[in-house]
Amino acid sequence: MEELTIVIGGEQGEGIESVGEILTKVLSQMGFSLYGFRNFSSRIKGGHSDFNLRISSGKEIYVNAEKVNILVAFDRASIDLYINQMDKNSIILYDSKSVKSDNLPIAPKGVIMIEAPFQELASELGSPIMKNMVALGMICALNNHSASSFHKVIQEQFLKKGMKISQLNVEAFEKGYAFIKEKNLFSIPLVPAINSNKMFLSGNEAMVIGALASGCRFMAGYPITPASEILENMINMMPEFGGVVVQAEDELSSVAMSIGASFAGTRSMTATSGPGISLMQEAIGLSGAIEIPLVIIDTQRGGPSSGLATKMEQSDLTAMLGGTHGEIPRIIISPSTVQEAIYDMNTAFNLAEKYQCPVFIAADLVLSTSKQSAEILDPLRIEMERGKRVSDEELAEQGKALYDRFAFTDDHISPRTIPGQKFGTHHATGIEHGQTGHPTEDYENRKKMMIKRMKKIETVTLGEDIKAEGEGEDLLLIGFGSTYGAIREACEAFNKDGIKAGLAHIRLLHPFPADQLEGMINKARQVIVIENNYTGQLADVIKQHIPDHSKIQKLSKFDGRPFAPSDIRKFCKELV
Amino acid sequence: MSTLKDYRMDIKPNWCPGCGDFSVLAAIQKSAVNLNIEPEDMALISGIGCSGRISGYVNVYSMHTMHGRALAVAQGVKLANPDLHVICAGGDGDGFGIGLNHFAHAGRRNVDITYIVMDNQIYGLTKGQMSPTSPQGMETKSSPGGNPEQPINPLQMALASGSSFIAQAFSGDLKQLVSLIEQGMKHKGFSFINVFSPCVTFNKILTYEFFKKNLVNLDEREGYEPSNRGMAFNIVEETSSMFTGVLYKNERKTLTESQPKGSGTDMLRQGQFELNENMKDKLISRFI
Repeated sequence: MEELTIVIGGEQGEGIESVGEILTKVLSQMGFSLYGFRNFSSRIKGGHSDFNLRISSGKEIYVNAEKVNILVAFDRASIDLYINQMDKNSIILYDSKSVKSDNLPIAPKGVIMIEAPFQELASELGSPIMKNMVALGMICALNNHSASSFHKVIQEQFLKKGMKISQLNVEAFEKGYAFIKEKNLFSIPLVPAINSNKMFLSGNEAMVIGALASGCRFMAGYPITPASEILENMINMMPEFGGVVVQAEDELSSVAMSIGASFAGTRSMTATSGPGISLMQEAIGLSGAIEIPLVIIDTQRGGPSSGLATKMEQSDLTAMLGGTHGEIPRIIISPSTVQEAIYDMNTAFNLAEKYQCPVFIAADLVLSTSKQSAEILDPLRIEMERGKRVSDEELAEQGKALYDRFAFTDDHISPRTIPGQKFGTHHATGIEHGQTGHPTEDYENRKKMMIKRMKKIETVTLGEDIKAEGEGEDLLLIGFGSTYGAIREACEAFNKDGIKAGLAHIRLLHPFPADQLEGMINKARQVIVIENNYTGQLADVIKQHIPDHSKIQKLSKFDGRPFAPSDIRKFCKELV
Repeated sequence: MSTLKDYRMDIKPNWCPGCGDFSVLAAIQKSAVNLNIEPEDMALISGIGCSGRISGYVNVYSMHTMHGRALAVAQGVKLANPDLHVICAGGDGDGFGIGLNHFAHAGRRNVDITYIVMDNQIYGLTKGQMSPTSPQGMETKSSPGGNPEQPINPLQMALASGSSFIAQAFSGDLKQLVSLIEQGMKHKGFSFINVFSPCVTFNKILTYEFFKKNLVNLDEREGYEPSNRGMAFNIVEETSSMFTGVLYKNERKTLTESQPKGSGTDMLRQGQFELNENMKDKLISRFI
């Protein structure tokens, strides 16, 4: 097979995470493309969770598959949740101890259900807790992977618990491996991967390494799902880079501290989710008014209010676009894959300093928490553009007591001085101000300052503001963020059926690349805007910018689950 | 060497004649000169209100921020560049009303900055509503029948939340005010100076005359030990907060000093930074 999906389910604390870590590490080293998503099911009592891993030999994947090939069930809930998603010729391995074999649902045709002695075999080695390694051994045997490539990674994983435990875990793995081989069951081998070694990481982790690689040396944040992982990773990694991370008392403080650090000349950021974005609105306005760079990650989740904290939604677009009172310049970038998330952070810091305004990274829960394969960080792709800064020599030449920090210029961007620079002192205030930064209510100045601030961002571009794939003559699918994976696979399926489908994934949400999108819309017969919210926020933005929008239809999903390719195919089938 | 002239600006403050904030402005400038600080090495971060305008009247790197959030901005400035001398300034509404949360946390966090509150027990910029420090019963525009609420005690708040330097001053005594600001700036850690800074327009109760008559000078009090926290709590009670001088002083580790090794080093301010192989390995090792 060229790809397959493995689900490992059980109660939290049953070692599902370790299985996932080891399996993905080895497969990554072998060059497979991976997509992993951890589900926490609130429908099930007892803290069921599962790890859904899709593995591909060649094709890049950005969404979970809808069919499962191997299900490892440590609990009954895993079977109930996935039995209807089992592929033909798939296998369910359930624990002989923790899952009672009476009363089990009848396996669909082609699905083999096997009572597997995960716990029993682990107990023979002295500790039932190692059942996860037994399961890992069984998975590897089913996939025909060589056992030896796993030994080293298992040893590394458990080394901190001592040599003996580390060795026992390898033995547990071997027992599982042998169990399948002895049974002589059918195997589900994977075609060897064609790619080279990759990283495997979550969107949140990608944004952290992207930020640190781009010179971010200050972060203030406040715990919030699903952005906390960014704060935690920053706290772990920042000291090695000499920077500072503060867990602030609230989001009002996090964003204000970040503004202060940026004023002092450091690249700084904050990260939050919907409720935090609501609290940050006033400070976002300050950043716009005093033209201070600010990078804010919004890992969107279900709203409004506390909403669905652990579920998927893309409903903060309007808040990012129009939040804060009054009018300010702002830039909104939307990564659609983990790979893009790394380098988008670099772009965000560069644009924030170049245009001296707030820059949002519009992430979402699925992008932030799913784990994907990505090319190994390439230092050559990291660029440092620190914007218009005035050198100490230039300042000495001017030799003036007060610097014109908000000078009117041709491109509307004023050169910036930072504290510590002689002759660079200036005032920055959220009150309307003149060129030295001091308050003034002069009408002409007000007009010029507004125009200066609002116009400066008109030249913003990411290079690729819209990610376009496929022809799209019959059908154009528009989206933003993590829906890319599902939309892409829906497109591929349409193209197989002879429908000329294409996708336009918006990477720069503001300033909106209207001209480019208009050209694409004009060429398409049908246009669907696909997004995880109720009102169709992206569709509304498009309608604002594109005069003839009669073709545009909305496909919204707001039940907390991400789009599957079949959702999109089903909706479009009725149209095309 | 800097002189007072370097710190002055050709802008007329929009305060009423006789406002206590003029003294605070002069005292900040004087303290900076006395401490030999160059204007470009100082950051003055202020909140919103009459007193918040102060940052626009001193020729340093200054920011007039948001109502209640100045302390958070100021901590960010200092953490990002520990070489800067950072003063945060605002009023009683700004610091003890809308921004009280940050005041408590700045105290326990102990970032090395100086926080000066111009406490006039009234909202002046909005023309005379009661503030968190207005005495109970005080008649204001928003309490025509007398303030029904008890005032907050900023000094005990600061003591309780762990501020490592706490003092109180009076705009009518410039000499002591300058001395206290200097001591606060020299103190390693979070220093808080509450300044009775009368509003001559909207507060007819807590006036210059009132303070002159009622304030006692703690610095001259025999046997008072500012390192004794219990004594500090007691003296606030005993004097009903009507004192000036250093209430409490006890240096402890600043936030930068208690952060993990490596945090807040020179790399923080490094303008250019090349992503070398060693750094790259540090970034990716956990993900391969």
